[in-house]
Amino acid sequence: MTATTVPGVSGVDSGFWTRQRKTGVVLVALGLIAAVVFGLLATSKAARFAVGETTSGFALSIPGTLGAVLFGVLAIAAGAVLAATGRRFGLWTALSLAAFVASFLCWQVSQAPGTLNTLALGNLAKGSLELSLPLVLGALGGVLCERSGVVNVAIEGQFIAGAFAAAMFGTIAGSIWAGIIAASIGGLLISALLAVLAIRYLVDQVILGIVLNVFALSLTAFLYEQFMQKNQDAFNKPPRVPQWDIPVLGDIPIIGPTLFKANIFVYVALALVVAIHFGLFKTRWGLRTRAVGEHPTAADTLGVKVLGLRYRNVLLAGLVAGIGGATFTLLATTNFNKGMTSGLGFIALAALIFGRWNPVGAFLAALFFGFANQLAFSISALNSPIPTQFLSMLPYVATIVAVAGLVGRVRAPAADGKPYVYG
Amino acid sequence: MRGITKRFGDLVANDHIDLIVEPGEIHALLGENGAGKSTLMNVLYGLLQPDEGEILVDGSPLKLKGPADAIRAGIGMVHQHFMLVPVFTVAENVILGAEPTQGGPIGRLSLDQARREVIEVSERYGLPVDPDAVVEDLPVGVQQRVEIIKALTRDAELLILDEPTAVLTPQETDDLLEVMRGLKESGKSIVFISHKLREVKAVADLITVIRRGKVVGTAEPSAAPSELAEMMVGRSVILTVSKEPARPADPVLSVSELVVADDREHRAVAGVDLEVRAGEVLGIAGVQGNGQTELVEAIMGLRKVMGGRITLQGIDITTMSTRETLDAGVGYIPEDRSVDGLVKEFTVAENLVLDAYRRAPYGGRIALNLGGIAASAREKISEYDIRVQSHEQPISALSGGNQQKVIVAREMSRPLKLLVAAQPTRGVDVGSIEFIHNRVIAERDAGAAVLVVSSELDEVLALADRVAVMYRGRILATVAPDTPRDKLGLLMAGVHD
Amino acid sequence: MIEPGSPDKGPAAPPALVKEHRAAPRRRNLWQLFREEFWAANTFMVTFLAVVLALVAGAIIMIIADPETRATWSYFFARPGDALQASWGLVSEAYANLFKGAIADPDQWNRWFWNMAPWQQALYPISETLQYAAPLALTGLSFAVAFRAGLFSIGAQGQATMGSIAGALAGFLISAPGWLHVPVALLCGLLGGMLWGFLPGWLKAKTGAHEVITTIMLNYIAFHFLTWIVIQKGIQDPSRSDAISSKVDETARLPLLFDPSLRANLGIVLALLATAFVGWMLKRSTFGFELRAVGANPDAARTAGMSVAATIILVMTLAGGLAGLGGATMVLGTAYALTPSVVGTIGFDGILVALLGRARPWGVLAAALLFGALQAGGNRMQSFSGISLELVGVIQALIAIFVAAPALVKAIVRLRESRTGGAAELAKG
Repeated sequence: MTATTVPGVSGVDSGFWTRQRKTGVVLVALGLIAAVVFGLLATSKAARFAVGETTSGFALSIPGTLGAVLFGVLAIAAGAVLAATGRRFGLWTALSLAAFVASFLCWQVSQAPGTLNTLALGNLAKGSLELSLPLVLGALGGVLCERSGVVNVAIEGQFIAGAFAAAMFGTIAGSIWAGIIAASIGGLLISALLAVLAIRYLVDQVILGIVLNVFALSLTAFLYEQFMQKNQDAFNKPPRVPQWDIPVLGDIPIIGPTLFKANIFVYVALALVVAIHFGLFKTRWGLRTRAVGEHPTAADTLGVKVLGLRYRNVLLAGLVAGIGGATFTLLATTNFNKGMTSGLGFIALAALIFGRWNPVGAFLAALFFGFANQLAFSISALNSPIPTQFLSMLPYVATIVAVAGLVGRVRAPAADGKPYVYG
Repeated sequence: MRGITKRFGDLVANDHIDLIVEPGEIHALLGENGAGKSTLMNVLYGLLQPDEGEILVDGSPLKLKGPADAIRAGIGMVHQHFMLVPVFTVAENVILGAEPTQGGPIGRLSLDQARREVIEVSERYGLPVDPDAVVEDLPVGVQQRVEIIKALTRDAELLILDEPTAVLTPQETDDLLEVMRGLKESGKSIVFISHKLREVKAVADLITVIRRGKVVGTAEPSAAPSELAEMMVGRSVILTVSKEPARPADPVLSVSELVVADDREHRAVAGVDLEVRAGEVLGIAGVQGNGQTELVEAIMGLRKVMGGRITLQGIDITTMSTRETLDAGVGYIPEDRSVDGLVKEFTVAENLVLDAYRRAPYGGRIALNLGGIAASAREKISEYDIRVQSHEQPISALSGGNQQKVIVAREMSRPLKLLVAAQPTRGVDVGSIEFIHNRVIAERDAGAAVLVVSSELDEVLALADRVAVMYRGRILATVAPDTPRDKLGLLMAGVHD
Repeated sequence: MIEPGSPDKGPAAPPALVKEHRAAPRRRNLWQLFREEFWAANTFMVTFLAVVLALVAGAIIMIIADPETRATWSYFFARPGDALQASWGLVSEAYANLFKGAIADPDQWNRWFWNMAPWQQALYPISETLQYAAPLALTGLSFAVAFRAGLFSIGAQGQATMGSIAGALAGFLISAPGWLHVPVALLCGLLGGMLWGFLPGWLKAKTGAHEVITTIMLNYIAFHFLTWIVIQKGIQDPSRSDAISSKVDETARLPLLFDPSLRANLGIVLALLATAFVGWMLKRSTFGFELRAVGANPDAARTAGMSVAATIILVMTLAGGLAGLGGATMVLGTAYALTPSVVGTIGFDGILVALLGRARPWGVLAAALLFGALQAGGNRMQSFSGISLELVGVIQALIAIFVAAPALVKAIVRLRESRTGGAAELAKG
């Protein structure tokens, strides 16, 4: 269908229900739920929020009911401002959602039995970031791939290959560095398969991703059972990454322990977010990558090597996602186990989509998903009546909401998943 | 270019073509759709490798492995389908592939320099454009300007414009022709591909006519249009259909104050009133992209109507679904058969019942009657002279003309109150054109109302009993088919007295 | 087995032989003819070669992962015989067990023939294969149906999960006589899957949300739902503290086909019926016509008066129902109780099955039988040869990769061919 416009013809009004209005109304409704439901369920007991990593030490305190209602009202107000003015979308949405979460926490903490009614915010923040690490790295791998037009459903496979390689070579060499390098090579191998089969042999990229996941999961599980499991000390006892403290900055409440008393993966992930964002939007490589992902023919007619660039970016994506895999064996647990990535590769994919194929967006989305996960841990420690399984669903539900365009439409790179054939 | 030959399988798209373009010359390449013009230019731009022949620039032979080589040789091309990244800004599109950077290994972009380049070129050649505008938000005419700027910033000395006016309004076309003259004055050469005689005559210094992959000759722009047309088509085609005068009866289709939006939510149809009576053909003439597509789609229930009313024999069909509209006795030949008319993976038989598979004798609510479908397919194949080996053949194996006949057979083999035919003979051989035209008239004579939409003025004039000229979403005038062509041309350009 | 480039026959015959035997060139021609015939039946040949190549790759992986065999390769150049013998021994024993576990163990047949063993033991491998194949066929059909409508439904996993939950709940929460209980439980499984298929279909039709993304997300939502529901009061097995539900009533269990000691059950019959139904639907039903038209060219389908949205919703619901049925057969046919891993990975495996079966109903059934056989044989390979069952997953994935990239298969085969071709040229010179 040819979509030609006739200039000079007035555009059709986009109507009363703009994206801002719709979102604002949804936020007001959420705030209302917070103020009424959370307010009713909360107890008059104090909800204490410790700023450190433990529940002891200085803590902010507010009576549960009051806090739940107050933050609920705040959420309503922010949503209402957005609906009324339609300006500063990000600010008001974030504020409203933050208030909603705060209201929720007031309820949760205040209903905890006995002296459990303290939540360590430092721990919450640090845990969120740590849980989001593989997601951040996986989603960045996705960004590299998909921005140049290759769908990456194989993040899970890159994770497990990375995790396996990190455990095995980290143990053999006795060094985390060897582990991390091996992990990125492991991710690279899966990426290489993805690249060759998708770009050269034009296999459908979604199906290919699924198949490569099965392949990587089975192969690592096979190798694990065949010899790693039989000799854990020799092959499956990787060293753990140490924590690097940055003096002074590490003592800042909440953020300090999260950002400045962190492990190497935190620094690597943050650096990569900045580097990839800069690269994608400020450099020649980034401009060409985006062009190849949006309109490869146009790039081709200008002499950009479409396939070469795609190969390069897909391989790069494997390196990054492989490092994400290393977090499983070098940080989160002490050894490799088959199937240990348990679908996190797909949450990384969700973060990529929820973050609108943008490095910073993907980072924030991953952080949000990590937060949801950490929240599940934290509130189960509070004896919460909310089943943690439902909090675990949150990333997936959020992604469906995002792709369904209920809160503004997300748009993939136009040529994402479409193979390019010269001529 | 010397002796260029390019084959696609058995098809020889270019057969030993020679073409010489002098500096500072506008050289028009004239030919029908599918004559091989675009193939030749893709060879010149390095997108296709010729099977034989060579390309010489300033006398020395040039081996083009890809567009990068062509760009280096000072060749720029504006493609028929723009090669612009829609989500990029103008500046980003212009620099892509030849990015100014601030040096260093990182290759940091210098967007300021890009902006300056765009502004400089656009001012020098009179191509106003905002370097920071996002391309997809720009009107087509401006997007084309971006394409030209893109080529000029790469120091193109030879500019290929592939059917540049196909998507433009008459006003935009005039602007473009003006720009072309300006470029010529500053010493650039231009290859201008078109099949529109008027434009070619207005701007070209020399005209080369291509037919079926061969050069049939060159002409001066002062040559008579009829002579050029004859060179282009091979023989003087007289598109007249022998027909009786129409005997219009009661109105069948009435459209009043219709408003329809296009995909970008612009008003493509801005208040159209028309009426088609039983036993007459109403032809809609106009430059493509003036709302004809949207009008037809709205009648067929394929596009949401934003205002106004459509009735069929007094029954309101404004909000009817496509199926209900078809069931109400409307036949529809869509404008692009490969997109909307046929399922190319399906067999001929299946395509012959594509919108009738639920009616007896082809099938019911639950199951198909494969026997009935096959029997009727055999019948229609012989009745409509569709050249196939078997009705089980995939439709994609048929020629364009035969594919179109499948659609015609499908739509006309049931009693119709209204036939809507959009571009009924686009890309169809001459024999099939005559056949289809006669069928359309036969349908009229059988008492159906017929609405024909075509961007080929000749076709409209040959078929229609009344001609409505559409411009910018409105019907400017409804005239008789023997109205002088220059008057019609003015109407199509929006000039109305 | 086909060995296009094996050095001891055909084109690669040593020069002396070619000269002496006049028949040799002709034999080569015959061989070429034969090969052309096979390439003509492209899909069959590619499928066959895909399986062969995957098994070869599996063998290599097996050798690499076995420390003792690997050790013999370290002195390959000193005593190549050791390495080859050890590798051959390892691989042939493993694959023999794979075959015995999947299709038939000649030993057992022999014993049965001489009345030394009951017939059940002879039939055991086939029964296992059928038992594994049934749910795979259903999830494979699920993907195939959606695929034919131009949709990538990655959601069979979640749909099967919901099907297993609904089926199991109906299996132990409702009590009914056997003739009624089984159909009711299966119906519940069907409906559970349909719901989980309807959602992405509806989202796609109404909002344009891409089904690949929504179905992947719904898979995990279903999984978390399962882990939650399985530990709820009234559902969790009261005598257990881990995540397992009560067992489904005897009346709701799928009848076994052959014998109480053989696990093959009604599921495979169900799969057969579903295959026949899908085959009929695609080819002969009005809805199948719409489905295929929407899949091949939605614009033309819409122009011909079909409702693309309604078709998408219906197809996804149907696909969900098939996968749900697959999940239900697992819980009602073999597992009898819900656990977080009750459906295994049949959803994802179903995609591979559909790929191998080229999204054609009977092809899918055949592919499911092959995958079921690999699964059944893999069990025996694990317990008798000590080769981890996970190797089966590797082989299955490789088969799928090769099938999806026919050009790759041809490239690998041609590679060997061209090498021998080079040898032939040398021979002539």
